[in-house]
Amino acid sequence: MLARVIETIYWMARYLERAENIARLINVNSHLLLDLPKGISPGWEPLIDITGTRAQYLDLYNDFSESNVITYLVTDIKSPASLRFALNAARENARTTRDVIPQEAWEQLNTLHFYASEYINYAQRKTKRFDYFNSIITYCQTLNGLLADTMNRDAGYLFLQIGRYIERADMSSRIIDVRTTNLLNQNNHLEFHPLANIQWMSVLKSMTAYQMYRREVQVNISQEQVLTFLLKSKVFPRSIYFCIAEVARNTNPLPKSEAVLSLINQTLTNLLSKQANDFTQHSLHVYLDKIQVFLTQIGGELNNTYFQFGHNSQSNVQYAINHIKPANSIM
Amino acid sequence: MTIQWNDYNVRQAQDELIDEHNQPRTVARRLIHHLASYSDEELDTARTAAELAIKLMGITFTVYHESGGAIDRAWPFDIIPRIMPNTEWQMIEAGLKQRVHALNLFISDIYSKQQIIKDRVFPAELLANSENFRPQCMDITPPLNCWSPICGSDLVRDQQGTMYVLEDNLRVPSGVSYMLENRSVMKRVFPDFFEDYTILPVDDYPSQLFATLAALSPRPTANPTVVVLTPGIYNSAYFEHAYLAQQMGCELVEGRDLVVENDNVYMLTIEGPEQVDVIYRRVDDLFLDPKVFNPDSLLGVPGLMQAWAKGNVALANAPGAGVADDKVVYAFVPKMIKYYLNEEMLLPNVPTYLCFDPKERDFVLNNLDKLVVKPANASGGYGMLIGPIASKKQRKQFAEFIKENPRNYIAQPTLALSTVPTLINHHIEPRHVDMRPFILSGHTTQVTTGGLTRVAMVPGSLVVNSSQGGGSKDTWIVDEEACLTC
Repeated sequence: MLARVIETIYWMARYLERAENIARLINVNSHLLLDLPKGISPGWEPLIDITGTRAQYLDLYNDFSESNVITYLVTDIKSPASLRFALNAARENARTTRDVIPQEAWEQLNTLHFYASEYINYAQRKTKRFDYFNSIITYCQTLNGLLADTMNRDAGYLFLQIGRYIERADMSSRIIDVRTTNLLNQNNHLEFHPLANIQWMSVLKSMTAYQMYRREVQVNISQEQVLTFLLKSKVFPRSIYFCIAEVARNTNPLPKSEAVLSLINQTLTNLLSKQANDFTQHSLHVYLDKIQVFLTQIGGELNNTYFQFGHNSQSNVQYAINHIKPANSIM
Repeated sequence: MTIQWNDYNVRQAQDELIDEHNQPRTVARRLIHHLASYSDEELDTARTAAELAIKLMGITFTVYHESGGAIDRAWPFDIIPRIMPNTEWQMIEAGLKQRVHALNLFISDIYSKQQIIKDRVFPAELLANSENFRPQCMDITPPLNCWSPICGSDLVRDQQGTMYVLEDNLRVPSGVSYMLENRSVMKRVFPDFFEDYTILPVDDYPSQLFATLAALSPRPTANPTVVVLTPGIYNSAYFEHAYLAQQMGCELVEGRDLVVENDNVYMLTIEGPEQVDVIYRRVDDLFLDPKVFNPDSLLGVPGLMQAWAKGNVALANAPGAGVADDKVVYAFVPKMIKYYLNEEMLLPNVPTYLCFDPKERDFVLNNLDKLVVKPANASGGYGMLIGPIASKKQRKQFAEFIKENPRNYIAQPTLALSTVPTLINHHIEPRHVDMRPFILSGHTTQVTTGGLTRVAMVPGSLVVNSSQGGGSKDTWIVDEEACLTC
């Protein structure tokens, strides 16, 4: 499969996952705000921090009001953090890979794109908002299902998975980082922090992890258990460990995958090296930062090994042609 | 209010569905009855459903703006199909096969012995001034000696009901994807229509196209690597390039995905370079290879022409095939058919006046108000003068153009193209149409069942090009006998 097409599929998957994550973030935040007591309500500001674009946001707006944050994260076509931007980018990428993506999936993506822009004003209306984002999540999931059940399991599909899980791991690490701010106390004594329980619950909910946490962990909510689950769970499909393990699983069958795999394994080792009960606010932040650096490096290595080849560096190509395998199906 | 067929005004032109007594033609009877039973609301629903289907199926075309931007637009589609009896179609099909056969022989002759010039059937000076003649292609024999495996010819019907070939597109004819997608939209929106009729299917085209291309492979492999070469996402026909690649299961490549090494062509895959056997190129000749043609081209592949000349890769259509696209060459097709095949032309040409001939030029200059003047090598309906509706100033300007460069202009009588009923708001009004069938040549010759029907949406307009506000319709070839019983 063409190197250029592979790169495009990878980015399409990332943008789709990003769009779904934005929809989830806003829906979860709307609900959290209804649950949390006024005094500890974080408002809408953390969402901007999760996207990591605080400076860009403050260039455009001077407060973190609900309507400004939603405009920035949903409707503003110029904001690279917005749902619309992500969906446009996903569609444009899909358009250049239509020969690889199943027709039904392409139509589903058009349906999603059409729905999202047609009803975009629902995002600002409290009574419509939940249904709007829920539909977007459902469309994204339908699309994933269509791709899973209609697409050949070739390199294209592997890169679809790799893109999706790298994006999700990245988003999960940002959510954990932002949502746990000021939540870790050095003594780790939850009993001194009467609202800690409900706040850790909200961290789980930010990752759509509450129900699965309950099934898996059962014990009461505690910092150690929550962090262990979100960082290292081998069964929860949004935990960082799970996502990176999926990246590894999908990289494994690719040609020339040694360098990428070794980097992924380092990331996993690093991820598992820390005990959740040791974390302080600062050390958790440093730890998550390191994971993000690893994710960036994995992206860079994928670029070097697979995409860069499509950028046609002459020496690269000449070497490869001189070492080409003879045509195998001559009659 | 439902459709008022009694108000339907068949003008001076022939109508494809309604006869001169304002009665539906045999093949159209059931459709007209069916549509007459629709309420305004149902019609609206049907049209909206078709528009939505087009949006969701992502059927688009790209238009350029003077400001320099390109916009991806939903494909314009009218829900009332054009219907043609199979008996008539069979005759047209035979005529097209004959024509394309002669054209391929002509191109092959022009790039080798030029016997037709030596025998004084085709004037040498026309070749010397031909914009699309490529001297670089002399003495090259492409696979199967087939220069234009894919041809799209435009057909029009005049007042008297005669079908003419208006022009041939032997370079990179586009539109076939819309023909196929129009049918899928119709099937989604009007499944009940398809129960009424036996409509001949169109959807075997992609597999025929693939077989045509694969047959050109220079390497005798069982599974030649066939790719579609596109100029990229900003090309107006990008949708079609992606669509055909998808339908054929080929890679859609851009120039930057290909390299030439030791006169072989490779595409850059994640596994490494993979040799390419056949390129269905949708890039114009002059952009194919910066080493031979336009040196600034970023769309092409350096060294591609030499790889092709050495016979290591097949290009469809072959570079230089456009020499027969020329509207002056068009005028010689009847003579070509006689010369190469010793047959009479089955499907007539529109009478054409060649301005390079002094006598015909004088006639053209004296009758500019009655004629359509066309440049020899433009497409998309640009640069034309439609005499009867042009202003005095425009006619004067064209007279100058013709005098300056007579070789570059031809003129034809203004044909009142036939019409098809078209849904305009809640009314049915006649709109002029043409039709572009696609002809595949190689070991055998195959013609699409019908073709792409394009419709001029502006009342009275004859310009059907989608870049200039044209729309399109599904085209049905039906068995007439089955229609007699209703």
